[in-house]
Amino acid sequence: MDQKTPSQTGREIELLSFKVNDQEYSLNIMSVREIRGWSKATPLPHSPPYMQGVINLRGSVLPIVDLSIRFGLAEREVSPRDVIIVVNVDEQTVGLLVDAVVDILSINTDAIDPPPEMGDNTTRFVDGLIIQNDRMIRLLSLKAAVPAKETNVA
Amino acid sequence: MTDQLDPLAEIKASFFIECDELLEALQDGLETMDSPERSAETINVVFRAVHSIKGGAGAFGLNDLVNFAHCYESVLDNVRSGLLEPNTEIMRTFFQAGDILQDLVRLSRDELPIEPSLTAATLTDLEALLSDEVEETVEFAPLVLSFDLDEDFGLDDAAPKPAQHSFTFQASAELYASGNEPAKLFRALTELGTVTCTPDLTKLPNLSELANAECFIPWHISVDTDRTFEDVLEVFDFVDGLCTIEQIAPQTDALLPPIDLPDVANIAEPIAPAPGHIEEATDVKPAEQLSTEPDSKKVAAPKATVRVDVDRIDRLVNLVGELVINQSMLSQSIVSAQAANSTEVETGLEEFMRLTRDIQDSVMMIRAQPVKSLFQRMSRIVRESSAAVKKSVKLITEGDDTEVDKTVIERLADPLTHMIRNAVDHGLEAAETRVANGKAEQGVVRLRAAHRSGRVVIEVSDDGRGINRDRVKQIAIDKGLIPENVLLSDTEIDNLLFMPGFSTAAEVSNLSGRGVGMDVVRSAIQSLGGRITITSVPGQGTTFSISLPLTLAVLDGMVIDVAGQSVVMPLAAISETMMLGPDELKPLGANSMLVQVRERFLPLIDLAEKLGFSPKRTDFKNCIALLIANDDGQEAAIVIDAIQDQRQVVIKGLQDAYGNIPGVAAATILGDGKIALILDPGDIVVRGIDHTDTAQPQSA
Amino acid sequence: MSLSILAVDDSKTMRDMIALTLNAAGMTTTLAEDGVHGVETLEAMEPPDAIISDINMPRLDGFGFIEAVRAREAFKGTPILVLTTESGADLKARARSAGASGWIVKPFDPEKLVRALKMVAG
Repeated sequence: MDQKTPSQTGREIELLSFKVNDQEYSLNIMSVREIRGWSKATPLPHSPPYMQGVINLRGSVLPIVDLSIRFGLAEREVSPRDVIIVVNVDEQTVGLLVDAVVDILSINTDAIDPPPEMGDNTTRFVDGLIIQNDRMIRLLSLKAAVPAKETNVA
Repeated sequence: MTDQLDPLAEIKASFFIECDELLEALQDGLETMDSPERSAETINVVFRAVHSIKGGAGAFGLNDLVNFAHCYESVLDNVRSGLLEPNTEIMRTFFQAGDILQDLVRLSRDELPIEPSLTAATLTDLEALLSDEVEETVEFAPLVLSFDLDEDFGLDDAAPKPAQHSFTFQASAELYASGNEPAKLFRALTELGTVTCTPDLTKLPNLSELANAECFIPWHISVDTDRTFEDVLEVFDFVDGLCTIEQIAPQTDALLPPIDLPDVANIAEPIAPAPGHIEEATDVKPAEQLSTEPDSKKVAAPKATVRVDVDRIDRLVNLVGELVINQSMLSQSIVSAQAANSTEVETGLEEFMRLTRDIQDSVMMIRAQPVKSLFQRMSRIVRESSAAVKKSVKLITEGDDTEVDKTVIERLADPLTHMIRNAVDHGLEAAETRVANGKAEQGVVRLRAAHRSGRVVIEVSDDGRGINRDRVKQIAIDKGLIPENVLLSDTEIDNLLFMPGFSTAAEVSNLSGRGVGMDVVRSAIQSLGGRITITSVPGQGTTFSISLPLTLAVLDGMVIDVAGQSVVMPLAAISETMMLGPDELKPLGANSMLVQVRERFLPLIDLAEKLGFSPKRTDFKNCIALLIANDDGQEAAIVIDAIQDQRQVVIKGLQDAYGNIPGVAAATILGDGKIALILDPGDIVVRGIDHTDTAQPQSA
Repeated sequence: MSLSILAVDDSKTMRDMIALTLNAAGMTTTLAEDGVHGVETLEAMEPPDAIISDINMPRLDGFGFIEAVRAREAFKGTPILVLTTESGADLKARARSAGASGWIVKPFDPEKLVRALKMVAG
């Protein structure tokens, strides 16, 4: 059950929460364009390991970032049951490869705690923390998670 | 009330588009005037261009633009009427005025402030060319559209002094010939007040003398109105000189008693000129013969055109791109479902494919524009930059009407500007040096555009000093861009210019300022899916050659297998395909391999390895290789796994989605819906052979 | 009574402005883009109540156009206004020698234009 605490300063926002490895993350739903099932990506030459490749999103080229690798978590097998969350970051549209989508939460911004030292490599990808019952939900920093466009020319 | 503003805003926007066309015509005209091809019509073209800009600008109250255009137009009018003969100095002023006019249009459109310093010097030059009569500042009324139709048009504020104005009115034959009619004039009078018109029938001649076109009958008219007699006379403004009006003093007996006559209108009608009897019917010339002498340079008749929103075209292009992809996916599905066995289905599919290709070609041509406007901009850059460094430079253009996608034209402007500035600033020597070396004092910059093997090639060349290779190499070493004692070929040294951080501007000149480097130019070209190369001969000059895809949307490609991936190699780059036999493989050193093709030896490139898909092969026997030739002659044999087929693919840019990828030009969507990369063979060849460069690490 | 006007001017901006002005005043406007086109249009349409023409145009200028119009029987008496930037004495002389019925000075005051047309076209 959502814990709705009446507050004076915060505002209500909606979050989409999802699983990467065994951790639960969330995103402001306003950044989410759509959610797709997994499809095989075309790999890009000399791309960083977290760059799965690109897929065809209704005629557009969509780069796919494997968040598990991006976060430096343990390696895992890509499974056909993985989910791609298509997000807008600045002017880019990117697909985030995650294990599964969990929930849509309505929370108050007051309920977001600042991120502590995570103890693994994920600290810089986390903007905040939400504690719900015994769930620890990390608020994802899209800016950190999605790498800037490749401008390499040489 | 805001509804009325919108159509005006639209017309204003349309006006600025028209200005672009007029400015282009102006430029063309000035260049023709400056050449042996000029004719009497040329000055008319130039005059009209400036005149039209002035006219429109006046309507929108763009004061600065109007004033400048008016001055320019006046000088041009003097040329037009033979009072002024344009010499080199005057032509220079004209070109400059054209440039200033362009700036004024742009500033007016963007609603930016216009500094007097922009126009001051040129205005002085222009005014000096005018005859002794001083031109008055143009008075104009800014357009104030008021469409309140309840308003009584024509009633100004009147000094309320009711009076009766009486006068006689006699029309001459010319009045009718001018298309005016007393009846209409009298009717207009009624707007001022009550009107009484009395014909003086005593002046009516015998029927036999009655000539239709002349009105022998004078009228006595009196108007009861608040207005002055001058206001009454104003109604007759247009026919001033075509009639006789005599005011009758109010209290006089000269007023004839009103005769009981039928309505004014009935009398007026029969007196109106009947067709056919007055002047001799002049031969009605067919309209074409009346045209003024067409300009010797280009055909005068305008093509029928339609103005279309660029957004709409882009949308159409995208939709057609989707159509092509869908068609290909459908074909594939049908083949997989084995429904293609029917000849009807097969024929239908082929027809479908042909149609979609035709549609695509047609749609792409909509976006194509001649490079002329771009080259004209460069004309101006040459003028300005050569003036700034005090060199005499001539720009020669070739292939002005080569057509290129609109986007390409827009995105080429900056890179071309850099290159031309560099050519003028650094490439061309000072006049004395040139003469001392037996060259003509005037430097030449050449801009050439042509279609070549499915691409657009644009060349920027100068006849200057060429690349000083020793200096370039030294600078690169000094900047730490290359190690000290590496051996480089001439081409490799030339290409150092493209490295980020390289700039040969030893002095800070007016132009280069920040010394924008060639690396920025190259990125810009690459982002268009193009390639740029340099050739140079010391003492003779330098040529930059840019190769661009013909359209940004479609490519003829060969679909190949590389390490389990389908990729597309542009067909235009492939000169041959071959199977590598043991005799043709020749090792070179420990790590490289050469392929012998008849008498030539080509470097071998393992594509799968270069793309990072798999480790380098050890055994190349019986592999398939594509022989690739670059624009600048570099060749290589690229090893692949297999050839799938040849087809036309729709290009999807990767720039927006991802950014630059070495060796990759773009992407496409294959029939199975999967994305396949489109390779950049030029880039692959350069990287494959280049000693100094391997793929740089990606930013994390 | 809807007046039908033929307007001839090589500037699209001018044509649009004229059309906007006249249509708002309840008139019907037909447009042509130079003298040659003007004659062609004139012959193809129902005779207009009046004509406005610019002077400086390619192919056939205002003077040539008016001359061609007046040479045609059906249009001998058609009211024609010239659109001109000249002023003063030159203006009347020019317009008169062209065979025009009257003139409108550019940039035109929409009220004056409508009024002038209504007057000459009746």
